[in-house]
Amino acid sequence: MRRRIDTTTLVMWLIGILIVVGVGWGTYNTIRANPYSRENWIDFVIFGLAQGCLYALIALGYTLVYGILRMINFAHGEVFMAGAFTAYFVAQPLFDSGFLTAQPVIGLLLVALVAMATSIVVAFLLERICYRPLRNAPRLVPLITAIGASFFLQYTFAGFYGTGVKTYPDIPSLTGEWDIFGIGILKTQVVVIVSAVVLMLILWLFVQYTKTGKAMRAVSEDKDTASLMGINVDATIVRTFILGAAMAGSAGVLYALLNKQVQFYMGFQPGLKAFTAAVLGGIGNVPGAMLGGVFLGLFESVGPSLFLEGLKIPAPYQLKDAIAFTMLVLILIFRPTGILGERLSKKKA
Amino acid sequence: MKETPWYIDALQKGLIGGGAAIWLALIGMVTRFAERTIIQDVVDLGHMLLLAIVFVIAFAAAKREYPAIITVLAGAVTGAITALFLLLLVLLGGVINLRAMFINASPELYEFLSFGNLALLPLIGAGTGAVAALFRFLPTRIRTAVLTGFAITVIVGVLSDQLLLIFTNNGLADYFRWLLAAKGLTIIGAGIVTLVVAIITYINTLRGERRTTQIARPVTRSWVQYTLALLALAVLLYLPQFLGAYHSQVMNQVGLYILMGLGLNIVVGFAGMLDVGYVAFLALGAYTMGILTSPEGFLSQSYGAWNFWEAAPIAFVVAVIAGILLGIPVLKIRGDYLTIVTLGFGEIIRILAISDWLRPYTGGAQGIAAIPPIAIPGLFSISGPDKQQKLFYLILFCCIVAAFVATRLKRSRLGRAWMAVREDEDVAEAMGINLVQTKLLAFACGAAFSGISGAIYATNLGSIYPHSFGLLISVNIVALIIVGGMGNIWGVILGALVLVGLPELLREFSEFRLLVYGAVLIFMMLQRPEGLLPDQPQALVKEDSGGMQPAA
Repeated sequence: MRRRIDTTTLVMWLIGILIVVGVGWGTYNTIRANPYSRENWIDFVIFGLAQGCLYALIALGYTLVYGILRMINFAHGEVFMAGAFTAYFVAQPLFDSGFLTAQPVIGLLLVALVAMATSIVVAFLLERICYRPLRNAPRLVPLITAIGASFFLQYTFAGFYGTGVKTYPDIPSLTGEWDIFGIGILKTQVVVIVSAVVLMLILWLFVQYTKTGKAMRAVSEDKDTASLMGINVDATIVRTFILGAAMAGSAGVLYALLNKQVQFYMGFQPGLKAFTAAVLGGIGNVPGAMLGGVFLGLFESVGPSLFLEGLKIPAPYQLKDAIAFTMLVLILIFRPTGILGERLSKKKA
Repeated sequence: MKETPWYIDALQKGLIGGGAAIWLALIGMVTRFAERTIIQDVVDLGHMLLLAIVFVIAFAAAKREYPAIITVLAGAVTGAITALFLLLLVLLGGVINLRAMFINASPELYEFLSFGNLALLPLIGAGTGAVAALFRFLPTRIRTAVLTGFAITVIVGVLSDQLLLIFTNNGLADYFRWLLAAKGLTIIGAGIVTLVVAIITYINTLRGERRTTQIARPVTRSWVQYTLALLALAVLLYLPQFLGAYHSQVMNQVGLYILMGLGLNIVVGFAGMLDVGYVAFLALGAYTMGILTSPEGFLSQSYGAWNFWEAAPIAFVVAVIAGILLGIPVLKIRGDYLTIVTLGFGEIIRILAISDWLRPYTGGAQGIAAIPPIAIPGLFSISGPDKQQKLFYLILFCCIVAAFVATRLKRSRLGRAWMAVREDEDVAEAMGINLVQTKLLAFACGAAFSGISGAIYATNLGSIYPHSFGLLISVNIVALIIVGGMGNIWGVILGALVLVGLPELLREFSEFRLLVYGAVLIFMMLQRPEGLLPDQPQALVKEDSGGMQPAA
């Protein structure tokens, strides 16, 4: 096909160039004015890394499901919320009885198990009730269902546990900072980053080297052929949902460690960000989701101070969500396959 | 495949029913709905809801293929199991403090769930289940008639205090003593409504069956239809006087949603692009109106404040331009990606409106206040105690114009192009449809409707805040389109009445508004993805001059 430049492409490239110039100019200004110290920047980066690891964990759920079903599980943010919100009712009594203070590792593992179990139950029901009957429906139909399910879950949990904010207990052994290579890092941030990395490693090994993981990859390549090869497609899809939900549930507990507060609405923003991260890394691509999450977290944390402040925008931190969404739009326009993705978003459209 | 024995099936269905009933109890819906009496001293909405669950589940379990006695037994067992779950919840609540986790697990809930006597609970369940099973034996036509009768009675019962209020205001309350009690319906009234509706439905289905045997003819407009339309218009014109200020306000709310729904229907229903950031255009319309007409607006300080009529076209144009601008980037994006991008756009607009960066222009989190009411200087002004009634006429006018425009657009060349794009983009392009132009026009038209409703919205409230333009409104509009029937203009109106009107009227509904929307979206997609009033594409083919073959 002959390649010709039409007006829309031109306009889009103009917008793109404008944004790049804006970012560049802002960064240049900020670096020249140098309003932050080295410690400030390190804080931004560490905060971004911790946040990014959470995004990555949630993004894995989007990517796994998208890889297999070619659908955006819009309600995945709510799967994350369900785990974190429910686990609060275990964490608080454990803390009150002194167990969480005496045995922080076992205690936290217990809390995480409850969160994962809840998330898995929610995801299981979601797949069974909302998605399975619609597997052969037009693409917009499961998406609308997913949006409906997202609101349904949010307000179900609001009805169960109330609309108020619940505050996770402070674990004494996790308050304060650790000194690593001469840099003071909050202990919770270290725990979040380390556990997220371990979880992602486990997931990656699982997908690469177990039989179930192989089946998942086969189903995502070609459902029909996979089923001819003796793979139980339905069971594999359920396992994929469960795997994604387990990641989301553990992300929920890590989120609660980092931000302390949980409520019924907490799943929406991280869910959308994690989706952005999944798209950024190339949706359907497991390492891509991890990379995308970390990249988005860093960008969001460093970005406002780095280039928005240089553009003389007051209170740039308010715009960090807008940065994430702008980035999502830009990626989808200029590189819909993401950083690592080789799958085309149009392939099965 | 081997048949599952009836008792296993009944057990499974009972489990589902029990789960649903416990869920309803724990989210606090039943106790909240219990405040709404349907029939005085007989039944309230909360109990009705629980019984309805038992009924539906038992009906599903009682299959006609079984021998008659087993059918009834299956229904009764399913009902009893469902009830047993509630019994267990109450007993469990008595032993451990569920309230530490579930805020609604209060003694009042247990009191409510016991239906007066805890020991009788499984019996009530079994009884309801058996009745549901017996219902299986009725012919379909009678079943539909009876069900419609009950449904309408419940709706009338739910709305009974609103009706009472309206009738009292108009001095008509005495004529309706037979129907409306102080709270809910009277027993006789409920009986009469059920019976009348059931008979009408029965006769209608009979006629409907006869009609389908005839060959469908193209619709011709007769004088009967014109008279009916005029009559409907007359009723609508008199409506605000009859309804009073509060109910007129609810109607206005519904009207604004109809206006936005008609706009979004172009994008979603006609062109098939699911836009969930539609609230952005409402916000732009409202903010344009606010900035131009409020003395607080940054332009008014140097150029003086405008009035509504000067600002409305600007709001319209701003929305259209925004529609095109937001449309350009998403031209190349399809399907579910497009949805997420529009969602992102909606959020970006809201975040920008709140931010301190644009505070000098948009007022930040405080928004813009002191937006003057709509007025023609010296002639009239939409303000004062009957503001809502006056506004009703403006909104009604806008809705009629919008509905007319939407209908004409749908049947135009452009409308057909939209539908072609909706069905298959690649084929549409191959047929010579300019995708860029078609898609952008859809976004622009959709945005235009929303811009106008935003302008009216701003003057109606008098002040606007960024928090009023959340994702909720977008979801609201998407839900009403889907429930009503994508692509159908009457569907939008029905959807707005049901999904916006009802929660506005009933406070206890509005608490569960989004929950119900979510459930409704799931349910509609699973059971009836074409909506309550599905769009009929074949009418389009028939009206053409010929030569076009309907798609197989």
